[in-house]
Amino acid sequence: MRTADVLRFARDAAAGYPLRTSLSVLAMAIGVAAVVVLTALGDGARRYVVNQFSSLGSNLVIVLPGRSATGGFSPANALTTTPRDLTVDDAFALTRLPSVRRVAPLTAGNSEINANGRLREVVVAGTSSTYIDIRSFKMAAGQFLPASDWNRGAPVAVIGSKIQEEIFGGRSAVGELIRLGDRRLRVVGVLKSVGQGLGMNTDEVVFVPVAVAQSLFNTNTLFRVLIEARSRDELEAVKRDVMAALKARHGGEEDITVITQDAVLATFDKLLRALTAAVAGIAAISLAVAGILVMNVMLVAVTQRTAEIGLLKALGARGATVRDAFLAEAAMISLAGALTGYGLGLLGAFILRQMYPVFPAYPPDWAVIAALATALGTGLLFGIMPARRAAQLDPVQALMKH
Amino acid sequence: MAVIQLAGIERVFHLGDSVVHALTHLDVGIEAGEYVAIMGPSGSGKSTLLNLLGLLDRPNTGSYHLEGRDVTTLSPDEQAEVRSHRIGFVFQSFHLVPRLTAAENIALPMMLAGIPAAERAQRVAQALKDFGLDQRAGHRPDQLSGGQRQRVAIARATIMQPAVLLADEPTGNLDRATGDEVIHLLEVLNERGMTLIVVTHDPKIGMRARRQLMMEDGALKSDSKQDNPPGPLSGMPAAKRNPGYAERGGDGGSPAAPAPDAPAADGPAAGAA
Repeated sequence: MRTADVLRFARDAAAGYPLRTSLSVLAMAIGVAAVVVLTALGDGARRYVVNQFSSLGSNLVIVLPGRSATGGFSPANALTTTPRDLTVDDAFALTRLPSVRRVAPLTAGNSEINANGRLREVVVAGTSSTYIDIRSFKMAAGQFLPASDWNRGAPVAVIGSKIQEEIFGGRSAVGELIRLGDRRLRVVGVLKSVGQGLGMNTDEVVFVPVAVAQSLFNTNTLFRVLIEARSRDELEAVKRDVMAALKARHGGEEDITVITQDAVLATFDKLLRALTAAVAGIAAISLAVAGILVMNVMLVAVTQRTAEIGLLKALGARGATVRDAFLAEAAMISLAGALTGYGLGLLGAFILRQMYPVFPAYPPDWAVIAALATALGTGLLFGIMPARRAAQLDPVQALMKH
Repeated sequence: MAVIQLAGIERVFHLGDSVVHALTHLDVGIEAGEYVAIMGPSGSGKSTLLNLLGLLDRPNTGSYHLEGRDVTTLSPDEQAEVRSHRIGFVFQSFHLVPRLTAAENIALPMMLAGIPAAERAQRVAQALKDFGLDQRAGHRPDQLSGGQRQRVAIARATIMQPAVLLADEPTGNLDRATGDEVIHLLEVLNERGMTLIVVTHDPKIGMRARRQLMMEDGALKSDSKQDNPPGPLSGMPAAKRNPGYAERGGDGGSPAAPAPDAPAADGPAAGAA
């Protein structure tokens, strides 16, 4: 029997029992769709986090006050590591390092904004003119904070887009006066909306010069120092240089923590990849179930078509021919199910993306390939037994069943 | 030369503890072009004999030569090859594949034999014409009458131009008139040279054959050929050999004419000659 004839015969046989065939196609499709959608979710979560980190700005190094102790707490630690605060002078000292391109100090706190007859609580971030470049923000109107001496801030503020909307409505805010705590500041710019950024919604932040924020909160410490390296290759050098410079300034005490975006990112990336793989594994169970269903359906087909198998043998079909025809039928059901499931999965991922636009729910390539291969593999694997049973039927017995 | 030569055939079935001798001491020779009826009560072994002749079953002992070749020692695949090219089956319940059209059912043996689609289409078209089915080519079996179904089955059985045509109660599921038509069709094929072996329990149909093999308890009880040794009559058309045929057969038509449903001038077995 020619291959084309085997395929056509199997196709007609599958089409001859539309309900049974479509149900097993559906089972296989659900299995594949589950893998596609769930991995799209898992990988979407990973991409979401990666994007969030990327939005911090590239080549970013962050300095935190205090040492991240990995050895646990001990009395010795308590005696020796009285953390020295990070100061504006510390941050400014870092600008002189050769591997560093930009430095932005950051101090933060809550305060009330009062303008245009309205009042609301806001997060106030004290920083410098370099901050916008490090974080790659864009202005919707006006300018960011002016470059000036970090210890003497001008009475100006830059507000997030949501603040602008809630306090000033649709009106332009540039040039308006606001009251922030007990300070009167002039709005010089409005940031373009960027959405959620790792726990701090930049749209709801008021940026002021670091000196203004420090006097507002009556402190001389910094929350963070953000550093941009000259290139990605120099991240490690920056980390080392910053550590050395601050250690020298803090009397030989390593009382700061330097983290790079890459390190954090790699951890999250690894974590969420593992999560996606686990979810894919769970979904793959449904593929195995679908494979068993295909086997069941093919066994029923062999029983139902026993007389036909006897006839084929009487007409001169060899055992191998009968086996191939049934195997081809199982493969076709699996293939149709896999393709339908792939389509359904893509549709599901598309709907997810429509519902949550910030969530990049695309199935990863490896998951799609693995799902399709598993569907075909299980279909064929579970198709072997029924096909062999068909091939081994005794034609005399088979012909008698009618 | 004998197209079929059986020698010392035994076929034993084990049903639980009991042993059933379905066939015992069977020695039969059938010449090419013969028209043989295998008759006997149910359980006499006639179906087992037909299955053996059709290579669907193997004897426990004895030898079976088909066209001079010992076919009992062949591998299953070789037997399938012989079934494909040398043996045609006609069944009581037609055994058409329900999802395939008449044309596709007729083409099935050629498809299994790996004959190219173009040649299949050509031969199926000829067969449909020969068997008066050209209006029914695209119909599925459930859209055909019983007689039409059996004609499709006969067309399918002869499409590979086999040496032997085996018919198992070919009229069992048909009314009298349709059954006569089908028998007539088979007899015309026989007249064109095809060896025809019919299993039946119906004496009227059995007596139309030129030779009757009466089976009983797995053994050959009588063979009309040995009772009346073959003379110059063997090989002549059935109508002249069997006096009963002219009276019973043919719906009033000439006995030598083609089957009523096969009006084509060259007859149904044109390709089988």
